[in-house]
Amino acid sequence: MSDEGGPTINVEHLNVKLFASQAQIDLSDAIPVFHRWIQERARPEMLVDVADYRHVPDGPGVLLIAHEANYSLDQAEGRLGLLYNRKAVLGGETDSKLAQAVRAALEAGQMLEAEAPFAGKLRFDAGDLEVIVNDRLIAPNTPETWDSLRPELERFFAALFGAGAFRLERRGEPRERFRVGVRTSAPVSVADALARLPGG
Amino acid sequence: MKASNSGWREVLLDRIPPAMAAEIDIFENEVTLKKQGKLDDKVFAETRLRRGAYGQRYDNGQRHDGIETRKLEYPAGELTKGPMTLWDAPGMQRIKVPFGGLNATQLEVMADLAEEYSDGIAHVTTRQDFQLHFIHIEDTPSLMRRLAAVGITTREACGNSVRNVTACPLAGVCRTQTFDVTPYARALAYFLLGHPDCQDFGRKFKVAFSGCRDEACGLVAMHDLGAIAAVREVDGKTERGFELYVGGGLGPVPYQAKLFDAFVPEGELLPISQAIARVYARLGEKKNRNRARIKFLVNQLGIDEFKRLVLEERAILPHDDRWTGYLADVAAYQEAALKPPALLQIDGTEDPEFARWRATNVYAQRQAGYATVTVTLPLGDITAGQLRKLADIARTYVKETVRTTVEQNFVLRWVSEADLPALFAELKSVGLHQPGAGTIVDITACPGTDTCKLGIASSRGLAGTLRSRLAERSLAMDRAVRDLRIKISGCFNSCGQHHIADLGFYGVSRNKGNYQVPHFQVILGGQWTQNAGSYGLAIGAIPSKRIPEAVDRLTSRYLADRIGDESFQAFIQRIGKAECKKLLDDLTEVPAHDEAPELYVDWADAREFTRGDMGVGECAGEVVSPVEFALAACEREVFEAQLALEKQELDQAVRRAYESMLHGAAALLRHRRLMVGDVPDTIVNEFRTHFHDTQLFFDPFARGQFAEHFFRAHERVGKNGYTADAEFAHRLVEEAQLFIEACHSCYGRLLAASAA
Repeated sequence: MSDEGGPTINVEHLNVKLFASQAQIDLSDAIPVFHRWIQERARPEMLVDVADYRHVPDGPGVLLIAHEANYSLDQAEGRLGLLYNRKAVLGGETDSKLAQAVRAALEAGQMLEAEAPFAGKLRFDAGDLEVIVNDRLIAPNTPETWDSLRPELERFFAALFGAGAFRLERRGEPRERFRVGVRTSAPVSVADALARLPGG
Repeated sequence: MKASNSGWREVLLDRIPPAMAAEIDIFENEVTLKKQGKLDDKVFAETRLRRGAYGQRYDNGQRHDGIETRKLEYPAGELTKGPMTLWDAPGMQRIKVPFGGLNATQLEVMADLAEEYSDGIAHVTTRQDFQLHFIHIEDTPSLMRRLAAVGITTREACGNSVRNVTACPLAGVCRTQTFDVTPYARALAYFLLGHPDCQDFGRKFKVAFSGCRDEACGLVAMHDLGAIAAVREVDGKTERGFELYVGGGLGPVPYQAKLFDAFVPEGELLPISQAIARVYARLGEKKNRNRARIKFLVNQLGIDEFKRLVLEERAILPHDDRWTGYLADVAAYQEAALKPPALLQIDGTEDPEFARWRATNVYAQRQAGYATVTVTLPLGDITAGQLRKLADIARTYVKETVRTTVEQNFVLRWVSEADLPALFAELKSVGLHQPGAGTIVDITACPGTDTCKLGIASSRGLAGTLRSRLAERSLAMDRAVRDLRIKISGCFNSCGQHHIADLGFYGVSRNKGNYQVPHFQVILGGQWTQNAGSYGLAIGAIPSKRIPEAVDRLTSRYLADRIGDESFQAFIQRIGKAECKKLLDDLTEVPAHDEAPELYVDWADAREFTRGDMGVGECAGEVVSPVEFALAACEREVFEAQLALEKQELDQAVRRAYESMLHGAAALLRHRRLMVGDVPDTIVNEFRTHFHDTQLFFDPFARGQFAEHFFRAHERVGKNGYTADAEFAHRLVEEAQLFIEACHSCYGRLLAASAA
């Protein structure tokens, strides 16, 4: 049960998209970067391959495919960002699943910012992100889902950004997946957000 | 694996036709059994292939990362879903779309599935199917249920089966058609789907329909079975029928289909196709899959003898009402428009972007005032968001008449011409407005090394590069070059249909020192029109990274030296293979690795090229006999009986156990070519005569004990009804398991005996 006494949703398959505030980059540079991450096992997931969708307008861009999750420099709706797409079930409380997904997105974003082809050209704003539940049966994009998940999202992001320092907004139409925009009043660096993240 | 998988069955129960729901339940149980190690690898592989669940690159658990070959350590460890195919490795799900026809709701479901189970992309194939990549095998039953709920099946999308039935996407609106082939394509697709006569093929079987002889759309000549609309006058009445072709195919060695009959009356289309399937199943190669397509059988027998055998088979076919049942509605079949016809009005200067798009992507239909719009998809890829927008557009403008094409695009038919500017603006809002349909930038490519286990070189990487380079120049291009077609395959298996392009390429590799270099073999002068009328010529392999230069040289030479309106195909034939080769000769030279390291890395990749992580193809699985399939189904039935027993559903447990025995016995009888139908008494009597009394079924130690189990079950359950007490149910389930084991053993002895 949620704090308000309503039924809670056992969310899985959380996606977190961390939007870029600066992105004068050539997406093709992500291909060797992601291949090197596979060689170096640079992420904790079991990394499998790189998929290239640069040719698709406003598409998934370049993806690093892993067993448990995908990372991508995603261009959906014309906005470049680092998308962490959790595929494997995590279990546990929503808070811990949110923390895992947000941390993965922030860490990957920080790594990309530091990669040579992107240095000084790619910057993420940790205060501008989107949370998506990638499962319509668990979490359809409805007011009911919003009512159910909002308290948990507010609690989590209040711990990260401070109470009242951010705004939550349910986005998209009913056919789309449940997604919530999270926006702080001022930009937040990835490093700062990582430092404030519970358990960080 | 999705957390919601267990929920979809219940949620969609009322929306899925019972037969489809049962099929998917069966498949889900087979997935469970395989996970428990209770199904053979080979059998499960063919089972999932026949449900469209295909393997993908690196699913053998190994991948070369550019430095070394690494083992992919999946959580399920060594558990497999087929020979050398790891359970957890991502796979591809192919989704059949007969004649490419889809409605808006189906597009929306495709979007949902692409997002939730795949990587956000749905891919249109060269045979009007969809493919979703990076799918976990345990998600496939839910995915199939969600498709079934909107009338889509994945059944027989892969495997040794009748694949998607394709048809000209302009059928019904085409200016040159003889008649609309859509209702015939649909009827044949669903008639052959799951048909018992199509379950024992040595390889896949592809069918295509075309509305006319001269255009390209149906590509009949490269199909196992192809039908071109034809009419004839009989007693002053126009009779519909088909010019029927058989035995075409691409693959490593392409074959042109042979004319089976210049006119097969419409009422004979289904029975003749059935008879062809029976002859192919009976006489086609089964052991050597490289010689198992029907083209080899037709070639070996000769078309006259093949036809004689088919007609002989046709003469003895038991009548089936479905052969002609659909014809009553065919004459009236006509897709409807949403809006009245209206001509396009351009006030003032036409927007140049719209004009460019209209010049290549709009086709004036035979129905005045209506147009068909091609929505070009780069490399056949479309995002979930674009699919939803396309669904909206289909509802707004065309009453949902959307089709996929073999050129990996969509068409929207029955657009009122006056709506074209508004439609263009809506497509543009989601990046679906790209011009160049059917031109040199509209490149066809198979998945190649991106996801295919057989891929040698990166067909999509090359296609993407060529596409962006050519698009930059397309405005200034001479029409003769602009209208050429490029098709690319990642290997010689021709999924990219490189044989029928003006400029075709397929992936190969060459060794240089201790390195391997990705190359593409160049195929020139294939014929796209006249239903893929002739195939191109190979002129040599060129390093992948130099293919753009090769395209530039060939097109420049064509432009400079063509005579009058000479086609590219005629030009290539005129100047000859040697001259073409000379034009490209210097490009074939590969410098040493340290002089040109970029040649040793493929397009859209960063790794040193290697063929080391190619896998074993599953294009169709190994040949699994109908008996093996049937016995696997019996295993599943016993498993379901056990589940029912667990839930104390005793009647159900007893019924399933008994049926499993009945089906096991029938499978063995069919193996001996004894057609027993499905009447239990007949099966039992025939089984007693042919397997028990002859002692064929006798176990070396238990002798006839297991057959006795079966006979007793029939007496008590099959003939006399039964009282479902727990003890009896439990024992019967045990006995059924033993009986099925004995069927396996007996089948093994029969095979050994026939081999000896």
